Parts: sequence; C-alpha cells; structure tokens
Amino acid sequence: MSDRIFGIFGVLLAIGYAFAALAIQESFLSDAVGPKAFPLIIAAVLGLASAAIALRPDPEPVWPGLMRLVEIIAAIVVLVLYAELLPVLGFIIATAFASGYLTWRLGSKPLASVVIGVATSLSIYAIFHLLLGLALATGPFGF
Amino acid sequence: MDTLNSLADGFAIAITWQNMSLALLGCLLGTIMGALPGLGPSNGVAILIPLAFTLGLGATPALILLTSVYYGAMYGGRISSILLNIPGDEPAMMTCLDGYPMAQKGMAGEALSLSGIASFVGSFLATWGLILLAPQLVKIALLFGPAEYFALFTLAFATLGGVSSTNQAKSAFAAALGLGLAMIGVDTQTGVPRMTFGEVHLYDGIDFLVAIVGLFALSEVFIFLEHRHGESDAAHRKIEIGRLWPRLSMLKQSFGAMLRASGLGFLAGVLPGAGASLGAFLSYSVEKKISDRDGTFGKGDPRGVAAPEAGNNAAAGGALVPMLALGVPGSGTTAVLLAVLLSLNITPGPLLFTRNPDVVWGLIAALFIANFMLLLLNIPMVGLFTRVLMVPPRILMPVVAMVSFVGIYGISGSSFDLLVMVGFGVMGWALRKLDVPLVPIILGTLLGNAMESNMRRAITIKDGDWSALVASPLSIALWAIALAGFVLPIVVGKLVKTRMIGARRTEQAEEMDVTD
Repeated sequence: MSDRIFGIFGVLLAIGYAFAALAIQESFLSDAVGPKAFPLIIAAVLGLASAAIALRPDPEPVWPGLMRLVEIIAAIVVLVLYAELLPVLGFIIATAFASGYLTWRLGSKPLASVVIGVATSLSIYAIFHLLLGLALATGPFGF
Repeated sequence: MDTLNSLADGFAIAITWQNMSLALLGCLLGTIMGALPGLGPSNGVAILIPLAFTLGLGATPALILLTSVYYGAMYGGRISSILLNIPGDEPAMMTCLDGYPMAQKGMAGEALSLSGIASFVGSFLATWGLILLAPQLVKIALLFGPAEYFALFTLAFATLGGVSSTNQAKSAFAAALGLGLAMIGVDTQTGVPRMTFGEVHLYDGIDFLVAIVGLFALSEVFIFLEHRHGESDAAHRKIEIGRLWPRLSMLKQSFGAMLRASGLGFLAGVLPGAGASLGAFLSYSVEKKISDRDGTFGKGDPRGVAAPEAGNNAAAGGALVPMLALGVPGSGTTAVLLAVLLSLNITPGPLLFTRNPDVVWGLIAALFIANFMLLLLNIPMVGLFTRVLMVPPRILMPVVAMVSFVGIYGISGSSFDLLVMVGFGVMGWALRKLDVPLVPIILGTLLGNAMESNMRRAITIKDGDWSALVASPLSIALWAIALAGFVLPIVVGKLVKTRMIGARRTEQAEEMDVTD
C-alpha cells in the first residue's frame, strides 16, 4: 500500500514538474534545445518510474507506531525551530537546547540531558570557533 | 617512467607538515567514523566537506583530508564487524562471517590486525591499479564529445542501482528526482529562472552540499530516533582483544587470499554498478570456493577475514578510477568525493589530468601516505578504536546533527539553507523507509547541470538534430551498456541480493548448529 501511495504521489509530482517546466519563460536568445526540453525529459522519467512503483509495489516497509512518528515530527519541529532561532539566540544557547532535546529523546536521563546538551554545545564551540576559527552564529551576548 | 615521475612530483606536493597532519587527522577521524555504527564513509565525508570548505583549505589539502577520511572509514568498518557482529558500514558486512567467530574464539586481536593488514594490501594494490589504469581511461575519455558524455552520464545513472538492486523503478525515480532538483535555479545557457517559483533564495539553485548533508547525515539521526536506539551495542559486552599480532603462519596462509581478493575487489570498484559491498561479497565467495576444503569458512577462518577486507578496500581504490578519469562516480562515497571536487571548483574528468596534475598526483601520493598511516594506526592502537564502540548513540547522534548544522551554516550563514537541509533529512528518512536509494539523488543534483549542458551542446552543434545523441559508434556502445546495465538487475537482481543475504544467514545458522 505504501508503495502505491508513493507511486501515485510520484506521478502527481511528475505532472506538476512538467507543468512547471512548460511555464519556464523562453528567452529570445536561446540555443536549439532551449531550457524546457531536459526538465520535460526528467518529468517523463519521473512519471514512468513512479507509475512502475505504483503498479508493482514492494513488500510493505515497517512503519513506526504512532508514538514513534510523533517523536520524529517533534524532532523535526525542534530542528526547524533551531534553524530559525540560531541567528536570534546565538550558537551556544540554541545548540545546547537542541542537542539536549535530542539526547533526551534518544534515552538520556533528564538531568544528564542538560549536561550533555551544554557540553556538546560548548565543545563544538571550542573546537570549531575558538580552535579552528569558524564563524558561528552570534546571538545577543556575542556567542 | 612518466608515471613514476608524476608520482614523485605528487609526493613532493603531499609531503608538507600541513598535509601530513591533515592526513593523520583524516585517518584518525575516518577510522573512528567507520567504527561507529550510524556513521560510515559517505555520511562521514559528507559532514566534513562543508567544514573543510569553510576552513578555507586549498584544493589539495582539502582533498587529502577527505580522502584520508574515506580510506580510514573503510578500515574502521571492520572493527565492529569483528567485535560485535554488527557491520560498522555496509561493505564490512562480509567481514562478520569469519571475523566474529574468530573473536568468539578469543582471537579478536589477531582478527583485527590481520584484517588491518588485508585492508592495507587491498588499498595498496588498488592505488597502484589506479595509477596504471586511470591514465589509460583518460586516453579513451579524450575521444568523448558532448554526445558521448551525455550517454556516459546516463550509463552512470542506469548502473548505479547496482547488480544487486531489486527495484530499478526506485533507482530511476531517485535519479530523476536528483536531476529535477538540479534544474532549480537560473538556466546557465539562457539566463531564465527555472522551478524557482519566485523564491529569490532558489535563484542560485540548491547547494548540493545541503542536499548531501541532509540526506546522509540528518536522516540517520531520524532513523535512530525512530528506533530510540540510544544505548551502545557494546555496552553490556566484555570485549577481549587478546593477542595483537597475527601469527606468521596465519599471515602466510591468508596472503594468497589477500592478493586474489584485491584483484577482484579492484575490478568490482572500477566497473559501474558494483562497488565495495559487492567487491567484498565476491572476494569472500570466490575465496570460499577456492580455499574452503575443510569447511572452516564461517567458523573463524582467517582467510575469510582477509579476503573481504582486502576486497572492499581494493574496491574503494578502484572506485576512484572512473571518478577521477571520467568524472563519473560509481558509488555513494565517490559521489560524495565528487561533491568535494566540485565545491573546490575542480571538474574531474580527462582534463583534470592535464590541467591540474598537481591535484591528481598529490591526491594519489596522499592515498599511499594515508594507507601507511592507517596500517600503523590500526595495529598497535586498535584497542583505542575499540573504545569508540562504547560511545552511545544518544550522545553521538546529537553531535552529528549539530556538526551538520555548523557546516552548512558556515557556508551560507542563512537559516534558509538550514531549513532546506532539515527538509532533505526528512525526505531521506522517508525514502529510506521506502527502500529508495539515496545515492542517485545525490548524483543527480551533482551531475544534472553538466548532463543537460552536454545534451544541449551535442544537439546545438548539429543544428537541433536530436539524432546527434546516437550518431557515433562510441555513443551507441555507451547507450547499449547503459540499457543492459539497467535491465540486467531486473532479471538477476533478486537472485544476487538473496544470495548476499542468504550467505550471511546460512553461515550464521551453521555457526549456531556448531555452538549448540
């Protein structure tokens, strides 16, 4: 079933891609092929492959249970927040929170998670910024 | 003689304090990454590319660092295979078969050092193979015009799934997806924006480094979260190393196996669609056919450790041949190394050998140096690396995630790229669940633009005649191989795959019978 849904999704993606390709504006100074042809070929391959996947599905993969799925979605949310807040909070604070959260969800005890999160953040800061001189995000406090 | 002179020049370039320390660092990091479950050659190198890039290393030093990591990871994969019966990376799967039984017999140290020596022999011979074969391939490649290159790229995609691929439709899907992503951005030939939907951030296209780090490194973090696999596999086991040096008789006994396996592995690496895993598998099966007279394979026969290790390391060297000479990688890790070259503004392919001989020969010299360093690191200090197995993923995986962010942020300094990376991580996780290979996606984003411009050039030269793509015998031959490479796995793929997995199962079943 997963493969059928995936295949149908792929066919829709291919159709959308083909439309987006047709919408590309041609420049008056163009080569003999133009900017549309190759994307259209790609859309065709994408569509055919997706149709084949939908018609001849593989055995069902083992999907995680609802709780595990929520776990992954929560991690995605945390990482998106991290990406957005990194320039606001600065590297050390944002990273301490994000890595603390991840290690907690991977099974560290709450208190240990705080320690591991802070330690991860500080050691990455020390190695990459202080030692190697890489530019990391600076927050309101300058780190 | 010419070759030897160039090689000597290469050594002159490679032997500087900076390069030597980068090689040593790369070897150490690589071995650690190879040993750690969840980090292998491709995602290990992937995380480090943006870092090497933002640190402002030159082309040769950056390449030396990253190829040392690559070779190191190939060495490191065997450690957990032997000690825990869990392959540290995919090519090390076959090493479990005899390596783990040897460890159970209290010969872990010997298995580790023997496999270290086998890895050395494999890589050493393969690097010589690279030196001899790559310039010959370059001579052929110089005959290629745009039409031939287009056919060659198609061939690379068609065979990338490998002989053991079970679902070619999914490989094709992945390739098309990667190529489709590469189209995003301003068209280089006419200057019109494509697939950008008005988003200014997309005008430059999607940086393939963002895609690679997301797909390879972040998706791994999600896999670990899904299984909540937080504790180390080595946590409650007692690891005894025992005697560190193999007996001379054992070395003598397995030397033939190493040589045979190196040859086979190298071939598997050079040929499209094979790669290190198949190299190891072939080496093991052939060695078993040749040497297994007393039925000792699968019960801790040293030759069963030496053969797959020499095989997979030789394949790693062999895979560099098409990558350097043609600019077309044949495996996941070489695809990542291609990304390294491209981000350093070096286009691999036949012209690389004439335009940047310093890069090529410096790299080859670095491979020799890294290989010696790895041998020295891996035998006396193997005990140190086994400690690495104790690091639990609950600490490791957050570090992997955060270092990925650091690298990508270092390149662009924009939150947008970080979000795209998270997107790729999620996509990578979902596609892995659906058994869609990720390597064609990477290769598509890397090669998409070159592939398209070759196609357009070929047709434009012939005034818009599409038959230009199949006009020369050389391009027809390439198309034929591509077609065969794509169709063949549909016929035999299931067979090869079941044999690869079956080999492991039966060996383990037999081993159970013996111990019961």
